[in-house]
Amino acid sequence: MNAPAPAIEVLSAEQVYPNGTRALMPVSLTIQPGEFVTLLGPSGCGKSTLLKMVAGLLPPSDGRILLSRKPVGDPSADPRLSFVFQEATLMPWANVATNVRLPLDLAGVPRAEADARVAEALALVGLEAFGRHRPRELSGGMQMRVSIARGLVTRPRLLLMDEPFGALDEITRNRLDSDLLALWRQQGLTVVFVTHSITEAVFLSSRVIVMAARPGRVVEDIPVEAVWPRDDEYRTSPRFNELVRRPQHSLNEASQEPTS
Amino acid sequence: MSQPTHRHAALMQQYVLPLLLAVLLIGLWQVWTVAAQVPSYLVPSPLDIARTLVSDFGLLMGALWVTVKITVLAFLSAVVLGALIAFAFVQSRWIEAAFFPYAVLLQVTPIVAIAPLIIIWVKDPTLSLVVCATLVALFPIISNTTVGLRSVHPGLAAYFQLQRASRWQVLVRLRIPSALPYFFAGLRISGGLALIGAVVAEFVAGTGGTGTGLAYQILQSGYQLNIPRLFAALLLISLTGVAVFAALAGLTRWALGGWHESELNR
Repeated sequence: MNAPAPAIEVLSAEQVYPNGTRALMPVSLTIQPGEFVTLLGPSGCGKSTLLKMVAGLLPPSDGRILLSRKPVGDPSADPRLSFVFQEATLMPWANVATNVRLPLDLAGVPRAEADARVAEALALVGLEAFGRHRPRELSGGMQMRVSIARGLVTRPRLLLMDEPFGALDEITRNRLDSDLLALWRQQGLTVVFVTHSITEAVFLSSRVIVMAARPGRVVEDIPVEAVWPRDDEYRTSPRFNELVRRPQHSLNEASQEPTS
Repeated sequence: MSQPTHRHAALMQQYVLPLLLAVLLIGLWQVWTVAAQVPSYLVPSPLDIARTLVSDFGLLMGALWVTVKITVLAFLSAVVLGALIAFAFVQSRWIEAAFFPYAVLLQVTPIVAIAPLIIIWVKDPTLSLVVCATLVALFPIISNTTVGLRSVHPGLAAYFQLQRASRWQVLVRLRIPSALPYFFAGLRISGGLALIGAVVAEFVAGTGGTGTGLAYQILQSGYQLNIPRLFAALLLISLTGVAVFAALAGLTRWALGGWHESELNR
């Protein structure tokens, strides 16, 4: 009888800024544990706004958001969520290991245990040899890996990513996409991933939420067929191109139809 | 890229060129004073000054010690006070709004104008000079540290908020490290100002018979037309200023060298 609680329930949550600008029309959606969901849309469609509301960084103007059936920000809840920003947002004065350890230090985890978990998280993103480096000594892609390691070190159930690879070159981005997929399958995470790249959305996710701008809203909720393995071969396969077509079409439609 | 040659050239530019210029100028000065028979009570020759430095070594070193002591004490109290005031300012806009104008008032009032009052009010002569010099050195620390404590990367601030970091954790782990580059820039300005403050205060107090520092020596030498000694004292003040600056630049480099843009590629 005990169905697993949905990881995320968004119940007609909306966002209207104090100046009256409507950033996001009411949205309702349910995300099950273990899903990889992308929020896909152009700038101004409210995808980052939606993600920030889920993270509790931005309270919705109306509606509710539940994580495992508990309201976001409920002090009694332990949401075990990690947020990865568009920028790596690392502390430039601290080395990689200290940066990754930050959430554990803030939570008061004993040093020995924290260090062991940092080593584990760095190994997951392939940076075990770089713990003593300063962020500025690393490339943009490696800094992003550090940021992901910092997200994983708390062993989250829910990973929220706001265009994490948007500032990277395509080759690096593809590599990180593949690595992220491997992590997702291995760690059994629920991932919500914001992007404006259609191919990235289709490549990564089990479900694509297509959004549109002016006003920001959800247009369509498209399940993505579970094709495996998703390797570089898959990126160029006819099957993949087939799958890309539907969100592509949906985005085009939404940008053409005039809305009141 | 031939790195060593490049570094060699940089070293040459930074140290050797100014030194060569100094040797040249001092040489010209010496030749001019001898050739034109300039009396040493007008412009002493570099050799005269050097001789005075040796003959009055004990006297001048005693005076140097007094001035350095006042400068260092004033600088340290400006750092501690300035940092504390900056912390108070960032705790609340109300505190800042109420007190900031007075910090500015303190900054813009010439120390020469307040020094006599302070010297009358504060009985201990050393302490009175330290108070004067502290007032001169205080403002850059307050304003720089305040700006620094507020200059937190917004993304990192959001991250700390997301991790439910306490106010104290944000201060210690985020605000203070973010403020360091600004704080150190303030230190370098204040170091020089502390010395200026010490010398000015000594000038004001000197005639009252309380001072024995370098500025007092300059005054006395002036009255006695002992111009070589005046020059020697002046030289020591300048060297002290250079030493203060170099020490603070080294400290800045040590603290920020690994990560901050201002200290990279140097």
